[in-house]
Amino acid sequence: MSGEVAQAPAVPRAEIGRRPTRPRRRFPWQPYALVAPAAIFMLVFFVWPAIQALLITFQTSSGQFTLGNLQAMIRDTDFRFSLTNTLLLLALIIPTETAIALLMAVLAQTRLRGTNVFLYFWTLPLAVSDLAAGLVWLSIFTSHGYLNSVLQDLHLIRHPIGFLDYNSLGTLVGAVVIAEVWRSISIVMVVVMSGIQSIPMELQEAAAVMGATGWQRFTRVTLPLLKPSIQVALILRTTAAFQVFAMVLALAGAAYPVLAVKTEQWVYDYQNYQLAGSYAALILLLSSLGTLTYLILLRTPRQVFQR
Amino acid sequence: MSLQSASRRRTSPERMLAYGATVLLTMFMITPLYLITIAAFSQRASVFDYPRALFPTQLSLDSVSFFLTTHGILPALERSLLVGLITVALSLLLGCPAGYAIARYPFKGRDLAQLLLLSVRMFPALVLAIPLAVTFIEWRLFDTLWGVAFLHTAMALPFTVLLSASVFVRVPGELEEAAMILGVGRLGAVLRVVLPLSVPGLAAAALFSFVLSWNEVFGALILTRQSATLPAQVVQSLSVSPLPFRFAGGFALTAPAFIFIYFMRPYLFSAFRGVVGH
Amino acid sequence: MKSILLMDRLGRTRPLALATAVAAMLAACGGTPAPASSPGNEANAGTVAFLSSQAQPVNEAEGMRRDVLAAFNGTANFDSSRSDAQIVQQVQAEERAGKVTVDLIGGLHGDFPQLGQAGQLEDLTPLLQKLERDRHFNADLLKYGKLGTGKQYYIPWMQATYMMVANKKALPYLPKGADINNLSYDQLIQWGQNLKQTTGENKVGLPASSKGLIHRGVQGYWYPSFTGAEVTGFKSPEAVTLWQTYRRLWAVSSAQSTNYAFMQEPLQSGEVWVAWDHQARLIDALNNSPDQFVVFPAPSGPKGLGYMAVVVGLAIPKGAPNAKGAEALIDYLTQPKNQVKAVNVIGFFSVLSDASAKSTAGLKPGVALEAAAAARQSGSKNAIPALLPVGLGAKDAEFNKAYVDTFTRIILRNEDIQTVLNSEAQVINDLLNTANAPCWPPDSTSSGACQVK
Repeated sequence: MSGEVAQAPAVPRAEIGRRPTRPRRRFPWQPYALVAPAAIFMLVFFVWPAIQALLITFQTSSGQFTLGNLQAMIRDTDFRFSLTNTLLLLALIIPTETAIALLMAVLAQTRLRGTNVFLYFWTLPLAVSDLAAGLVWLSIFTSHGYLNSVLQDLHLIRHPIGFLDYNSLGTLVGAVVIAEVWRSISIVMVVVMSGIQSIPMELQEAAAVMGATGWQRFTRVTLPLLKPSIQVALILRTTAAFQVFAMVLALAGAAYPVLAVKTEQWVYDYQNYQLAGSYAALILLLSSLGTLTYLILLRTPRQVFQR
Repeated sequence: MSLQSASRRRTSPERMLAYGATVLLTMFMITPLYLITIAAFSQRASVFDYPRALFPTQLSLDSVSFFLTTHGILPALERSLLVGLITVALSLLLGCPAGYAIARYPFKGRDLAQLLLLSVRMFPALVLAIPLAVTFIEWRLFDTLWGVAFLHTAMALPFTVLLSASVFVRVPGELEEAAMILGVGRLGAVLRVVLPLSVPGLAAAALFSFVLSWNEVFGALILTRQSATLPAQVVQSLSVSPLPFRFAGGFALTAPAFIFIYFMRPYLFSAFRGVVGH
Repeated sequence: MKSILLMDRLGRTRPLALATAVAAMLAACGGTPAPASSPGNEANAGTVAFLSSQAQPVNEAEGMRRDVLAAFNGTANFDSSRSDAQIVQQVQAEERAGKVTVDLIGGLHGDFPQLGQAGQLEDLTPLLQKLERDRHFNADLLKYGKLGTGKQYYIPWMQATYMMVANKKALPYLPKGADINNLSYDQLIQWGQNLKQTTGENKVGLPASSKGLIHRGVQGYWYPSFTGAEVTGFKSPEAVTLWQTYRRLWAVSSAQSTNYAFMQEPLQSGEVWVAWDHQARLIDALNNSPDQFVVFPAPSGPKGLGYMAVVVGLAIPKGAPNAKGAEALIDYLTQPKNQVKAVNVIGFFSVLSDASAKSTAGLKPGVALEAAAAARQSGSKNAIPALLPVGLGAKDAEFNKAYVDTFTRIILRNEDIQTVLNSEAQVINDLLNTANAPCWPPDSTSSGACQVK
């Protein structure tokens, strides 16, 4: 954007547009005006109820500030277990999904025959509701389910394997990770795809002409240009991962508590909104930390596409 | 294009490898969908078989047709579609301007704005049950489709804003300026230059908004009585219903979203059909 | 687009299904189908918004509309799409905002203490007096409906209990000399061990998922059977024996039990051959394959056969738009012939002590099996009926949590038994003190709040 305006011939300001393209000393009201509708909307329909919910968490019934509910949460049965479980799931799911989504994006770029069809199939899991997703993966992993049926038909096992046994945490976590990756990879893939599509082919060609291998082209050209997309995908996926709930409940039940399940229990099963709010506040805190990390680490200089 | 022809001339092993990976991935993505379908259309007793048949020989429409004729299902389906479409429209309408602002203007508080937008997604929505219901009742939005659509829009907005920002950032500023020099004004530049180039990203945002709205249950349950949307109406009862109905309902809930995605496909992956070029 | 979908789904050769679908659409568009008009002497009750946490399964909800409510002299808008907690939340929100839309609540006992304590339920004492002129309710259930006060806040509608089901394949492995209708916990464990030896798998199953009802088993079955009390003996030496016995049972139980919320599914898939659960969560297996299963009472412990009954009640929120209509609907639902209809649809039992309501004639096979087992359970010589917690108000749900946590910590996380009992007993005592709830049967009455000894 830097040298362009100076190069333009002397055109009456009115024809360039009513506003200067680079706001300088005038107060730039435009961005605030553009952001305002969305901001107001969410303030009313989400932030305000959330504040009310948080107030319940941090106040006693007489309105004084208290941390008692947070303390009760920390003493809660399985608190530490659910915290470490959530973090473990995050650490396993997010890198796996991101890697596979990038692989999908690269495969799509090689323009194989039938790419269109493949892309449609890769997007389909998006349509599946939590209920159906939990249902089908349970029917796969349960001890009399599809996986054991196949293994038994192939005479690979004599007795069904208890993938979802509470004391078989390895297979249990594995099953949850596989199911969660399946359920949510489509969004990551779609985000990455929307980014990769605007990377001009000429850049890749230039790199190929200069002797870069496929891997080098990927890491030196594609990846850096995908940073904004990856940043968005990671932020949203991580935020959602802290709230991973339906799949864990369907596959693991009480064997593998996670923060979002605890929250749901306190709301619906135990009807104690102070404790529910405490868990919600914890999830909010952890998600914010994660998001800040991504915003800082994956910061994209604004001018990256400008010549 | 030389890169493409180069890749076609490349030795088979690489392409075979690419094909292999693609097919494996596709099988991974499709198999559960296939299983839902055959379970929904199986005879009721066979969902409990062991070993379970991967290729059932006897199909049945019992579960699905019982599900579809259950009281109120079809109107609820209509309502869900309506709410979904309203959500898409609203979230794009409100989200794109905000995304544009984040992409183009280095205004003070831009990072804070992004963080605040995202923080909305970070708070488990089900904790908001009662405050939300009270607010909606007081504002007479309770039990209306617009009320549910507003909640869904609020939930989808962060994504719309961020995704549109990330695609707008990629559109070179010179193109806009060139258009403005030609006299169309900033709004015209946006409409004629920026938006067309951002179609995949905006399609992704639309898709996400629709799917989120379609599958969202808790809020719809809290906020409706008579005008329940399909998932709200059905998911709660299904989760305690016998297994064959869960599969039938799961399939029925999924099918409309399949169709929506089918229509979004050309926009999502426009570049892969050789449509867009700089 | 919609009609094309319909045709594709139902096929052109199924005109009946298509017609039904169209009829359903039309009916749904125009509200609930008009009921068969019964030329009653009472005025039409109008539209009653009936919100229920029961009859949630789609087939049960349809049964309610088509069979049970069809002859009501009014329009009952039956909605069972919400869970108990959601209904409570909705009523609370509506009361707070001053705009009530619900006329009648059909919920579990545990829904009402909170609402009653907050003054959000109508006093139904006059209605009860009117109803009692021509029918007799089970006295214990009526007592529940008073929520620990002198007024009637809900009228009992249905009741249920928990019992055991076994696949007939498991019967040959019963321990020698054991009578399935009279098992001890030790015999049950031996049975499980026999099954494990022969099949190589753990074939006993328990609903230990976080959505399962395992805590009712602990509260109402294990504790009375081992300590003679539900609360007061919580950390006694007998309780330690209880948990040691439980660990032995868990050793022969399916390790996937943490995933089970409805035992009818693993029973039908064959993952489990012997199960304990709420009767409504077993009924599907029994209705689908009544010849494949036997239903029998829970086992007895050293002190007897502890068992618990679940109550579903009908209550009217304060400020309901059509309270008169709601009362008429309560009248309708508690008539003996409509009780029988509901039994067949929902699989619960009648709350009336009249003979006509207790007969098994006209019951579906699965329901009949359960009725027989329930009768054996409650009629057993050493039966110890354990009541649902009474008087805990808003702390009712957290009281249940203490029992869930005890199970989780001792059985799943393998913590030291006495340590867990001591710490959870503290939690229970705090809750009881906060609610100032006196002891309830089978514990002996207390002066002041009930306490773990």
